[in-house]
Amino acid sequence: MKYLHLVWAALTRRKVRTGLTLLSVVVAFVLFGLLESVNSVFTTAGQTVGAAHRLITISKMGLFNPMPVSLEAQIRAVRGVGAVSRYSFFGGTYQSPKNVIGTLFAVQRNFFDLYPEFKIAPSALRAFDATQTGAIVGAALARKYHWKVGDQIPIKSMIYPRKGGSYIWTFDLVGIYHARTPLEEQDFLFRWHYFDEARAFGKGTVGLFVEKIAHPRQASRIAAAIDALSVNSGHETKTQSDSAFAVDFLSQYVDLGLIVHAIMGAVFFTLMLLTGNTMAQAVRERTPELAVLKTLGFSNRSVLSLVLAESVLLVILGGALGLLLAAAVVHVLQGQMGAQLPMMPVGGGIWLRGIVVMALIGLAVGALPARRGMRLRIVDALSGR
Amino acid sequence: MSALVEIRSLSKVYQRGRQRIEVLHHINLDVAQGEFVALMGPSGSGKTTLLNLIGGLDSPTEGTLAVAGERIDQLGQGALARWRAAHVGFVFQFYNLLPMLSAQRNVELPLLLTKLKGAERRRNASVALQLVGLADRATHKPGELSGGQQQRVAIARAIVSDPTLLVCDEPTGDLDRQSAEEVLDLLQQLNRAHGKTIVMVTHDPKAAEHAGRILHLDKGTLVESEQAAA
Repeated sequence: MKYLHLVWAALTRRKVRTGLTLLSVVVAFVLFGLLESVNSVFTTAGQTVGAAHRLITISKMGLFNPMPVSLEAQIRAVRGVGAVSRYSFFGGTYQSPKNVIGTLFAVQRNFFDLYPEFKIAPSALRAFDATQTGAIVGAALARKYHWKVGDQIPIKSMIYPRKGGSYIWTFDLVGIYHARTPLEEQDFLFRWHYFDEARAFGKGTVGLFVEKIAHPRQASRIAAAIDALSVNSGHETKTQSDSAFAVDFLSQYVDLGLIVHAIMGAVFFTLMLLTGNTMAQAVRERTPELAVLKTLGFSNRSVLSLVLAESVLLVILGGALGLLLAAAVVHVLQGQMGAQLPMMPVGGGIWLRGIVVMALIGLAVGALPARRGMRLRIVDALSGR
Repeated sequence: MSALVEIRSLSKVYQRGRQRIEVLHHINLDVAQGEFVALMGPSGSGKTTLLNLIGGLDSPTEGTLAVAGERIDQLGQGALARWRAAHVGFVFQFYNLLPMLSAQRNVELPLLLTKLKGAERRRNASVALQLVGLADRATHKPGELSGGQQQRVAIARAIVSDPTLLVCDEPTGDLDRQSAEEVLDLLQQLNRAHGKTIVMVTHDPKAAEHAGRILHLDKGTLVESEQAAA
């Protein structure tokens, strides 16, 4: 710490140059924060306490290939499986083709027992039981379309026509559930039996089974046992943890992780060239000053450390400012757009990854100039050679 | 007086590409404790090279060099840096202060290498600045000081850790006559009142007169030694 003023003095020697470099670091880490915030939605999808106790079974051919309902009884008989619920992906739009409701499912009543993280009033569940066309939606989704309990909501299915040929399904909103994040309050859930009886095709088939298990440690064994039930049949299954399923589900739209890492790789590479050049220039200019420090008795290692500290401090300052700005941007956007925005707050995980990246970039860009400073010969440097 | 600096058959050779340049040839020299020695000679005579060797900034090619009994020609880079920090104060022609630091902070620099706490470092630096008559300029940056004042700050930095030896390379070379006189008087005072041993390189015969002994170098060889009038 006693050398901090030396590092700071070196950084502020050329204020404009340092300011511009700092700005480029800030911009890079704003981008890092925003992209990581989006990516976190994918990487943390389904990671709830309840999810550890759930398995999801879908057709091995993909989510949209149906499985026979009769499989449910066999799954329930597998050792370690506590409860089973079935549901089907519906997919629909509200009022306009633009208003796609991506997580629209026909569910059984015990669906809510398997998802305790969905907080819902008992009266709403009773109404759900009593209403053939009853539906329960997430609070964020309800806010988005200004729905309230008692509303009739017409949904146009993207997959299933009704028996009469119409694709319009009208539901009675009987309850609103709350969850941990707005992103988890996006589901539109209605009764599976109503769906199965009213649809024009596919009766007796189901899209997904969700199983409750007592011990997450037994998940692999139970998943294998469930998949063994239909091996070599025409409807082989794939059973995985809830969190793995959630990631798979989101990844079918886009491999965001790959895109994020590709963009950040390019940004940080450019940043390293820019900051590296600034540091090299700064150290070249200060060669006589570094020589003076060595004359006074500063060791080679001290000079190396001073230059490295300078580059690390520059990147950490800019990076921290960038992440703070990213956090503020996400906060403001979430305030304005709510759950429509697929972003997580810039939290501890992103900060931790950011600080590691900052330190690594700082060390990398400072390494060559620091080595140059460490190796300079005092007599040559003082005589301007 | 016992010899503080003992130089025996000291040579320095530089290799510039394929060219071998012998800058110092078998120098023998003793500098006594508390002595003020001026090194004079034409450009290229090797006086700065000899000063750099005495100050531990460079290592000789041949011969021995001991300061206060310690063979500094045998020290490695790390040990030499530690030795310089503990035993030598440097004053350069162009002051070589760090432009972003205040006079006080510049003077404190050598003390960063000691175990002194911040308050002690600040106190010692203040005392050194008082000694050179610049206590009221402690917060000024080098750019806000005249050449003479900057050189006095450099002298305060050189003495702040109470070194055994002061090495001064053309300390008045960039100053007007009046400032030069003030700096030389200050060095003389440090030598006489505080017992500092000083080796000073200079071109200026008037500056050399402030020393107790004047040595002349020519083509890397000590050719003459005389007692100065001072």
